[in-house]
Amino acid sequence: MSLNVPQTLEAEIDELITHYPEKRSASVMLLHAIQEHFGYVSKEAIEWIASKLELKPINVYELVTFYPMFRQEPAGKYVVKVCRTLSCALGGSGKLHGHICSKLGLDSRKHGLQTASDGKFSVEFVECLASCGTAPVMMINDDFYEGVSHERADEIMGKCQ
Amino acid sequence: MPEEFRLILKKADEPGYTPDIDCYMSHGGYESLKKALAIQPKEIEDGKTKTPQEQIRDEVMTSGLRGRGGAGFSCGLKWSFVDRRSGKPIYLICNADESEPGTFKDRQIIHKDPHQLVEGMIISAFANDVNLAYIYIRGEFPNGAKLLNKALNEAREKGFLGKNILGSGFDLEIHVHRGAGAYICGEETGLIESLEGKRAYPRIKPPFFPAVLGLYMCPTIVNNVETLCAVRHIIEMGGAEYAKLGTPRNTGTRIVSLSGQVKKPGYYEIEVGKVTLGELIFHENFGGGLREGRSLKAVIPGGSSAKVLKAGEKFNMKRPNKDGEMESVEVDMLDIPYDFDSLMAAGTMSGSSAIIVMDDSVDIVDVLANVSAFYAHESCGQCTPCREGSLWMSKALNRLTSGKGRKEDAEYLTHIATNIQGRTICAFGEASSWPVLSFVKKFKDEFEAKGAAVQPAEGEPNKEGAATAAK
Repeated sequence: MSLNVPQTLEAEIDELITHYPEKRSASVMLLHAIQEHFGYVSKEAIEWIASKLELKPINVYELVTFYPMFRQEPAGKYVVKVCRTLSCALGGSGKLHGHICSKLGLDSRKHGLQTASDGKFSVEFVECLASCGTAPVMMINDDFYEGVSHERADEIMGKCQ
Repeated sequence: MPEEFRLILKKADEPGYTPDIDCYMSHGGYESLKKALAIQPKEIEDGKTKTPQEQIRDEVMTSGLRGRGGAGFSCGLKWSFVDRRSGKPIYLICNADESEPGTFKDRQIIHKDPHQLVEGMIISAFANDVNLAYIYIRGEFPNGAKLLNKALNEAREKGFLGKNILGSGFDLEIHVHRGAGAYICGEETGLIESLEGKRAYPRIKPPFFPAVLGLYMCPTIVNNVETLCAVRHIIEMGGAEYAKLGTPRNTGTRIVSLSGQVKKPGYYEIEVGKVTLGELIFHENFGGGLREGRSLKAVIPGGSSAKVLKAGEKFNMKRPNKDGEMESVEVDMLDIPYDFDSLMAAGTMSGSSAIIVMDDSVDIVDVLANVSAFYAHESCGQCTPCREGSLWMSKALNRLTSGKGRKEDAEYLTHIATNIQGRTICAFGEASSWPVLSFVKKFKDEFEAKGAAVQPAEGEPNKEGAATAAK
């Protein structure tokens, strides 16, 4: 099965490649573009990127397994990332993560990204999101939320349709 | 009275200030760039001349600016190491990977005043004959990347980027490159590998000093966001004037990120060394003190890699007396001036200027377990002592926090940490072992108490059951 990359996305990707004197440099940016479009990085996507950049698939695969933001399985429509690191932990992020997990019927002790059974939300307890002064913080897809109480988390997630 | 001194963040929080170019230019933006590009070659003795580029580099050297990313290395010196005779292109990379736990200063600049960074970069690129530059921004700032791309497009439209910038004959292109969640990309050689499209495995130095063998094995400068912004101000006010801010050897301003258990966490820009650690935590102009009824337990003064300071700790420091002679005085940890050298003298560091405050409600073993879990997760895996050791330390700490600890775990942790530091390619080895070494040394009784709380019966392996019974 090959990857069906729409023309507009391929044009965007071709433009990205021109930013670098060496094509290989574009690999992480291409992985972002592909994951944003398809929701995850499939085996076919890895092969597609490798051939685009004149690399071996392993050169791309080793990036997918190294950089925490890339996933090889589809995730929910909304990916919730709660910050786990010290300042947020002191600000109650453990409880916030626990609250969100129990709300979605997930086990907060599990590592990595987990997706709720309805497929709408995925949750991950991630490392520092660099907003330690407004702990606890979380992201939903590209949007960022500060000083998140349990009530506020409920409200924000309620608006995700 | 200790006060904020806003230079870099002067405009960012003004009501109505927006990140677009019109707002930036109506506040004097890109004037420093015009000034830099208008500098004429200057005649010096023996009929020699100094190029405009050399003059800018001199100003930066005179300013005393030290890198704001963590190491505090002289920016002027860093630039002076660049191999300008190799015939290869020279690259400039802005390190916007802000990922040291506790740090959120570059986030403010990127999101509120991106053009200030762009202007600082264009000037720095001009001063170093750079024609292609990158902003390496952490993956978790997707909106920051969009804002920077917008800012770069606006700058291109106004002729501040591209070919023949403002008729000067200088060409420059800047691109935004996103990371993808790996802390190690903040290490400059790891960042370079990552920008080359590889795993961010740091390179060994020597021989891979970026100034000589950096991006694509070409001379490369990697500077932090705040450092590059400071360059813009150095050109505006002159290196000598900039050096009057702050204290000797610790010049200029720094944005301090204050978090943890204080009343008013946030970012505060100060003249370096003019405010003490205690003032930053307790003064009403800064952190405003602890929550009601709480007392101070510990402070991490420079991001989670820095060695912890225990409340009440005293240090011997050299201070000038009233006759101007240096003498050794005892200084409480709260009275340490917040600068590079004083914190180093106290055996720790100002790092990325991120202060994390802990009051007496925290369990110090829990805190270290949290920090160590971070390093175990973020080790790139290249060097065995770090890859294995960071995980062993994290496991031992988890054992302690879950009631399955052993009395000898404190010793064990110190033993592992000692065997990581100095035995790895990059400073991550130190970053992961320094918290462990300092926490265990300064709070040894708490680690031992945790380890002694549950002991397996003689001849019995330490099992789940023992922990449950103790609860």
